[in-house]
Amino acid sequence: MLLVSPTAVYVLLLLAAPLAAVFAFSFWTQDFLTIDRTLTLNNYREAFSDPIYRTLMGRSLLISGVVTLVTVVLAFPIAYFVSFYVEPSRKALWIFLITIPFWTSYLLRVFLWKVILGFNGVINSGLLSLGLIDEPITFILYNANAVVITLAHAFAPFTILPIYVALEKIDRSLLEASRDLGESRMTTFFRVTLPLAMPGVVAATLIVFIPTIGDYVTPRLVGGPNGLMIANMIQTQFLKLNNAPMGATLAVLAMCAVTAISLIFVFFNRRYLR
Amino acid sequence: MSIISLQGIEKFYGEYHALKGIDCEIAEGEFFSLLGPSGCGKTTLLRVIAGFEDVSDGVVLLGGQNMAGVPANKRPTNMVFQSYAIFPHLSVAQNVGYGLRRAKLPPAELEARVAEALDMVGLSGFGARAAHALSGGQRQRVALARALILKPKVLLLDEPLSALDKKMREQMQSELRRLQRQVGITFILVTHDQEEALIMSDRIAVMFEGEIAQVAPPQELYRRPVTRRVGEFIGVMNFLDARHLDDGGDKVRFDLEGLGEASISHDQLPFGARAFAPVVGLRPEALSVIYDAKPEPGQRVVEGEVVDLSYYGDMTYYEVQLDGTTQPVTISMKNLATRPVLERGARARVTWDEGSLVVFAT
Amino acid sequence: MRGGWLRIYAITYLVFLYLPVILLPMFAFNDGTVMAFPLKGFTTQWFVQLAGIEALHGALLNSVFIATITATLSVLLGICAARASTRFRFPFKAPIMGAIMVPLVLPEIIVAVSLLVVVVQVLDLPLSAWTVIAGHTLICTPFAIAILSSAFQGLDQSFEEAAIDLGETRWGAFRNIILPLVAPGIIASFLICFTISLDEFIIAFFLTGAEPTLPVYIWGQLRFPTKIPAVMALGTLMLLASLIILSVAEFYRRRGVARVGGNDSGGFL
Ligand SMILES: Nc1ncnc2c1ncn2[C@@H]1O[C@H](COP(=O)(O)OP(=O)(O)OP(=O)(O)O)[C@@H](O)[C@H]1O
Ligand SMILES: [Mg+2]
Repeated sequence: MLLVSPTAVYVLLLLAAPLAAVFAFSFWTQDFLTIDRTLTLNNYREAFSDPIYRTLMGRSLLISGVVTLVTVVLAFPIAYFVSFYVEPSRKALWIFLITIPFWTSYLLRVFLWKVILGFNGVINSGLLSLGLIDEPITFILYNANAVVITLAHAFAPFTILPIYVALEKIDRSLLEASRDLGESRMTTFFRVTLPLAMPGVVAATLIVFIPTIGDYVTPRLVGGPNGLMIANMIQTQFLKLNNAPMGATLAVLAMCAVTAISLIFVFFNRRYLR
Repeated sequence: MSIISLQGIEKFYGEYHALKGIDCEIAEGEFFSLLGPSGCGKTTLLRVIAGFEDVSDGVVLLGGQNMAGVPANKRPTNMVFQSYAIFPHLSVAQNVGYGLRRAKLPPAELEARVAEALDMVGLSGFGARAAHALSGGQRQRVALARALILKPKVLLLDEPLSALDKKMREQMQSELRRLQRQVGITFILVTHDQEEALIMSDRIAVMFEGEIAQVAPPQELYRRPVTRRVGEFIGVMNFLDARHLDDGGDKVRFDLEGLGEASISHDQLPFGARAFAPVVGLRPEALSVIYDAKPEPGQRVVEGEVVDLSYYGDMTYYEVQLDGTTQPVTISMKNLATRPVLERGARARVTWDEGSLVVFAT
Repeated sequence: MRGGWLRIYAITYLVFLYLPVILLPMFAFNDGTVMAFPLKGFTTQWFVQLAGIEALHGALLNSVFIATITATLSVLLGICAARASTRFRFPFKAPIMGAIMVPLVLPEIIVAVSLLVVVVQVLDLPLSAWTVIAGHTLICTPFAIAILSSAFQGLDQSFEEAAIDLGETRWGAFRNIILPLVAPGIIASFLICFTISLDEFIIAFFLTGAEPTLPVYIWGQLRFPTKIPAVMALGTLMLLASLIILSVAEFYRRRGVARVGGNDSGGFL
């Protein structure tokens, strides 16, 4: 008890208290340079009625959802491959290979995606020189697609690892038992492997979904005007418009939305996938 | 004089009553075993003696001194852990010499003592080895050497052999026994293997659910278990319904299910008991199949059918349903060249030895 | 080859993962300021240029300072929490440990704005390296705990008891037995936290004071096309540094696992 307390106190002081402060702020209003501390729901009213906020919030949730889906679906086969088809002695190497790109500066990685997807970027010059297209394609930069691709890349290791760990924990004799009891390779996968890997998939889903809502770098660099997300607005409210209460309101709303969706997801997963 | 005296030891884990009034005396130089099924509190009792657990009530005397408030590192006991707990980052010699570091011996003497201890457990020349490069049996020996080098008054061993394979275990059993005689230190061994306890111990305490059911030397424990449960736990025992008839003269007469009347001498009865349980126990070797031989004079014969048998090479265990009974009894017979092994379904003529009947008090 | 199609897919996926990483050094050595193909000639001028940028040196020093303090704090807090959670039972253990791990899944911008609100609006303190350290420690501690927990978990509890049984005090047993056994985990978690802090941008951007951290400095440079090749060179060097640090960390982590006699499964995280 004594031992855990420094850490607990630290978290309490630096996380719980600030979160409470943000919550309080969301009920106050900015009055030019001072803060009006009368409790009011004005910020929330504005957040719900102003189409900008609604669009941004809707788009953020949509993009995060798509990113999560894409990332997890793309990542699962990799985790499965490393866990089931790579020799045990080389698994660590594969995992290491998968995590290395993750340690390149985050900003530069996002920036480089801009270079890759750009008008005369890697993809376009590649496709042009191969003669597959006549003029550069433009639907891959400065829109939501670019955001999805970039984030799917950024969160790859975060999804592969939990799924991989869950797959590794599966006792291989269970799979043999299932085959022995008459299931095919395919049905064994759906009846045994996938359900047992589900905790990893759930962890991966949450690990991607929740933080992507809070990213403002990727939308700013590759998203263009139609790829901006709620985090950009929060950042703008705090740092440019100097309207901390409105930023706090948006932060609270974003947090609530993410938490609610995560809880619903976990609940349905418990309910129907067991 | 007893080196360890346990008086009314109680131990609670929250609500759970793990030790319920343990009283026990352990003599100096004795090889003492704690035997019991999983979860009965053997480890807890050992850890109470070692000082890793506080008692909720009761007194632990070690060499006559009250151990209350004496921490584990100040007690004259040492422990061989079930997992051996060989420090993986130290060499074998550093492990063995670990407890001597505080004694601040000159390096030469330390080395000599470590070598001596390693020699004692048959690991001479292993000192420089890395601890993680040892086999199970070797770890076990290092753990022993590490504890014995401190010349404790009492050595505590928590299921030290359970992680070894059968062959290795048997070898270590005799070696432990030899070592104990050689150093003369009191050993307290925790085990759930009754055979191991019988082979190795001077005395055995049988525990059930936090209580000691019986403390006795191996032979007495086997021949005269005080309760049905102890008899069942140690070896195999047949239980027959019995009816107490009368206390005629120097014998007490019983009517036994399937066997008929038996007269049992007073010195065979549970000490001081007036009322007896409606059941008696009989070991498989106290019953025998006599094949076609004529019974000796005074020997009574009952008949039954072989319903099952297990063949062990040197022995055969028969399950024989005696006529007029519902439960088969187990009979063990040594296999001799002249004796045929009966088939299932065969008729068997059975005699029994009255002197081996175990009567339980209620 | 086992796994036919899956293997092909896996290799394609790796190409996707490595695409930006490969481009980084390519543009760093490219003799031109436009980030596009075809590449021009080979040059090392951008690396040479790095040596002359004062602001960069300041940012680097600032980042290293922040990362060092962050890693130290995170590891200390991590040791407390990891040991408590693996060794002891205490009331409300699950919720307490859960709360400590929350920053792992909280959107970073939330951490950033909530600290910003408290520091600037409530406490009215100036932003500085220390505010960044506070935020970074918050997000690094869960990583440290995760790595240290596995180090402490692998420890048989009887090691400690054995040491005490052989005459050691509680503190002596911790120092002579537990600490050496978890030292590799401590080094590994320190290095990981160091790397995370060094690269973190989202929080740093909100909380940094007059002295920018390295990523904040880079963010500023990204707006000027002429500065970008030098940034690529800088990124290449940082990638190299990260790789070296992580290899060392992985080496220690494995040694730690081997020491306590466990078997290895997977890498970090
Ligand atoms: N620290 C503890 N907290 C709560 N209950 C405990 C604790 N240690 C042991 N127990 C309980 O006390 C009982 C006795 O445990 P003990 O370890 O002494 O059993 P044992 O006889 O050694 O069994 P085994 O043969 O399985 O080792 C068990 O039911 C166990 O669950
Ligand atoms: Mg035990």
